[in-house]
Amino acid sequence: MSTLAHVFEAAGLATIVLSSNLSVVERMNPPRVLHCEFPLGRPLGKPGDAEFQRDVLMRAFGLLDATEPVLETHPDTIESDETPMSCALPPRYDPNLPAAVDEAQGLRAAYDRAVAARGSTSVGRVLTADEIPGALGVLHQWAEGASWTETPLPGKNTIAVAHDIRTYYEEAGLELVDGPPPEGRAAEAWFHEQTEGGKTLMAARAALKEQEAPFPMWFYMAPGHR
Amino acid sequence: MSGDVAMRELGKQMPVPEFETTAFTTLTKPLSESTVAIVTSSALHRQGEQGFSPTDTGFKQIDRADRDLVLGHWSPNFDRSGFQLDLNVVYPIDRLEELSANGVIGEVASTHFAFAGNQPDTVSEIRLDTGPACAQQLLAAGVDVVVLTPV
Repeated sequence: MSTLAHVFEAAGLATIVLSSNLSVVERMNPPRVLHCEFPLGRPLGKPGDAEFQRDVLMRAFGLLDATEPVLETHPDTIESDETPMSCALPPRYDPNLPAAVDEAQGLRAAYDRAVAARGSTSVGRVLTADEIPGALGVLHQWAEGASWTETPLPGKNTIAVAHDIRTYYEEAGLELVDGPPPEGRAAEAWFHEQTEGGKTLMAARAALKEQEAPFPMWFYMAPGHR
Repeated sequence: MSGDVAMRELGKQMPVPEFETTAFTTLTKPLSESTVAIVTSSALHRQGEQGFSPTDTGFKQIDRADRDLVLGHWSPNFDRSGFQLDLNVVYPIDRLEELSANGVIGEVASTHFAFAGNQPDTVSEIRLDTGPACAQQLLAAGVDVVVLTPV
């Protein structure tokens, strides 16, 4: 963002960066910065809160009055909350299936509702929703000791597969959440800590590391702090 | 350590491109007569459109009316549920429409743009190639002000 601000200003455009990482903008010196200490992934702060989002934009536009480079900080701080969101999960249905496969199939109706409501889905880098249970089946095998070189993963790219699985779960989970919409990272925590899909993904990631698979192949399957 | 704290700590260690000077364009007309665009590094793209590759230095156009948008960023290190709940928390297009209707800004740009936030460390391509190319498209669309949003 900061690089683009420099480039755009040089071309004759007035820019405002909504920053999420203060140490970066302080060193890169883009011309106008509104630093927002909000959850990463939520640069306007609060989903569904138009008034708050307008306030962020109006503070940003206020920087256009500056006559020299300026960095201001939004007065509100919003912390992420890594308490897993409260969300119903489907009951076990087919004991012959790995738990994650069974669970993913059970979430399909909620996922379909989410797609119908939003009109779009961020699942689809390399997998369709139909392919999610099968991919989890392979991750389960890896976690149980199968060699990743001999047991091919649908979609092949482990990072893209992990994105598709997590997105499938989060989009479905937001249809099932109990209570107010989750704070930043609460859905991430729910997926990785409470769902069989997330646990299977993390176990497969650990198995890849154990099998000495290339570092990027397993590391970027989950947030780095996990 | 929470995910956000960890990422912000990592940001402190990351080398960043150096700019010896800061280019500065002064807005020469009132905001209420200016055309505003959003450029985001969240790798947004339209449903059904080819997404960003993991090393993509290019950009994609988003039309003013598009709402069927996909979050294509490759990093697993940020919250995605906010976007799933309300795309305006990343891409505040509906807020711009309201501010235009209320006369606070002039026009909402007809086109907006997305880059991928995961770039080569030098960001040379954005600095020398795709960034200037995007700027020319923004200028051609009559844009005066750009709001840059990350994830």
